[in-house]
Amino acid sequence: MSTSIHVSTGQVAATLALVALAAAISLWRKADLERDIGIATLRSFVQLTAIGYVITLIFEADTLWLVLALLVVMVVFGALTARSRAKKVPGAFWPLLVALATAGATTLGLVVALGVFEATARYLVPVGGMVIGNAMTASAVALNRLGDEMEDSRGRIEATLALGATATEAAAPSVRRALRSGMIALVDSTKTTGLIFFPGTMVGMLLAGADPTDAVRLQLILLYALLGSVAIAGLVATTLAYRNFFTPAQQLREL
Amino acid sequence: MRRVLFELLDVSLARGERRVLDSVSVGIPEGATAIVGPSGAGKSTLLRLLNRLADPDAGTISYRDRPLDSYDPLALRREVSLVPQLPALLEGTVASNIAYAARLAGKPAGPEHCLRLAGLDPDFAARDVSKLSVGEQQRAMLARALVQEPAVLLLDEPTSALDHAARDAIEATLAELRRELEISVVLVSHDPEQARRLGDWVVRMQEGRVTDSGPLAEVLA
Ligand SMILES: Nc1ncnc2c1ncn2[C@@H]1O[C@H](COP(=O)(O)OP(=O)(O)OP(=O)(O)O)[C@@H](O)[C@H]1O
Ligand SMILES: [Mg+2]
Repeated sequence: MSTSIHVSTGQVAATLALVALAAAISLWRKADLERDIGIATLRSFVQLTAIGYVITLIFEADTLWLVLALLVVMVVFGALTARSRAKKVPGAFWPLLVALATAGATTLGLVVALGVFEATARYLVPVGGMVIGNAMTASAVALNRLGDEMEDSRGRIEATLALGATATEAAAPSVRRALRSGMIALVDSTKTTGLIFFPGTMVGMLLAGADPTDAVRLQLILLYALLGSVAIAGLVATTLAYRNFFTPAQQLREL
Repeated sequence: MRRVLFELLDVSLARGERRVLDSVSVGIPEGATAIVGPSGAGKSTLLRLLNRLADPDAGTISYRDRPLDSYDPLALRREVSLVPQLPALLEGTVASNIAYAARLAGKPAGPEHCLRLAGLDPDFAARDVSKLSVGEQQRAMLARALVQEPAVLLLDEPTSALDHAARDAIEATLAELRRELEISVVLVSHDPEQARRLGDWVVRMQEGRVTDSGPLAEVLA
């Protein structure tokens, strides 16, 4: 799979025409998104350029310590980002951090152990980024839902506690629904992949001139790995986070 | 006087700026106690404290002469069973709710018997809880609590959504439970007449305070 293509800055600049179109549509239809489109464009440019340099450095150095450091940074930022989407969950940061770290470590560990990828920067950095990114989205959605569920089901949860159920038993239906909603998006998109949309990796490889069979196989590896990582992240995040809604005496906390 | 079931001493609880319970000191004896008072007086809050769904900010509560927090909360809640003001059943059928409660208490799940006690026909067992009227849900909640065979029933306005016939059936059941199983009942009620019919002890509350408590004949004379 050693393909390489060159993309010039000019080509990137040319696609700004489509950004301008998006901004124009927003302005014309008063969607009030011009500012956000501008910020998004700028941020994506700065962030991706920066990460591009970082990855270049890491690829050149080719030491696993640097790879590990980059993955740790991704996990921490991922947990911080996910926390901002799970505002109703008290103390959401630690569950998210543990969830992303566990999902990343397990998934990468397994694909390396199974001999799918070599343990080198060239594989671990992009795959790690995808795994942690998807784990972040899934656990953010799961905890967001958990917060809503716990709020809406207060009466039912207390009534269940009043029967002598433990916090774990009383929260079980909410935790189940939260985990489900964290995983469902990826499961659904995996079902329709190739029919309704082409996933990013495949598109990238095809554009880079790779053999379609290789592109498909790599995409499948990633999709399957992501399913695992999303499940682990959702499970760990919800399992650790629901406890924060309860006191040690199995009472629902006032929030 | 009868044995004291619950003893509250200087119990206070704040929610936000509001003193929901304000230095409440009161004894609740075995038997049937009615807690009466206007809406917002703190009746439900007081009831929730008695099976430790919440703890007071200050003051002490004891149950059968031992501090309430010295009991295992799960065991306490199976012995002192609270039926909340708003019905909140688990998804599923009436029977699955009753079986769940029975399993938690380690009791045999006999839905017919406790449905009848709660004034519901036995074929309610197979009904989906999402398709019950509020009054039917209230009675299913009571049936679910009864299957656990608690020693004390804490009932928060158990008949508020019922017509007279259904209310009378529940009141008859409560009288029977007290007589035959010697279950103690602490009942929150808006209705002084219900307190008169069911209670032999009355606690009157207003604005987070207990303004009066004693035998029925003295408090609701
Ligand atoms: N979690 C809470 N946050 C803020 N205020 C609360 C909370 N719980 C109770 N209160 C307030 O405390 C007061 C007492 O509430 P409680 O439910 O005990 O009243 P009640 O006597 O049972 O009233 P009702 O007869 O209407 O059921 C009310 O004014 C209520 O608004
Ligand atoms: Mg009330």
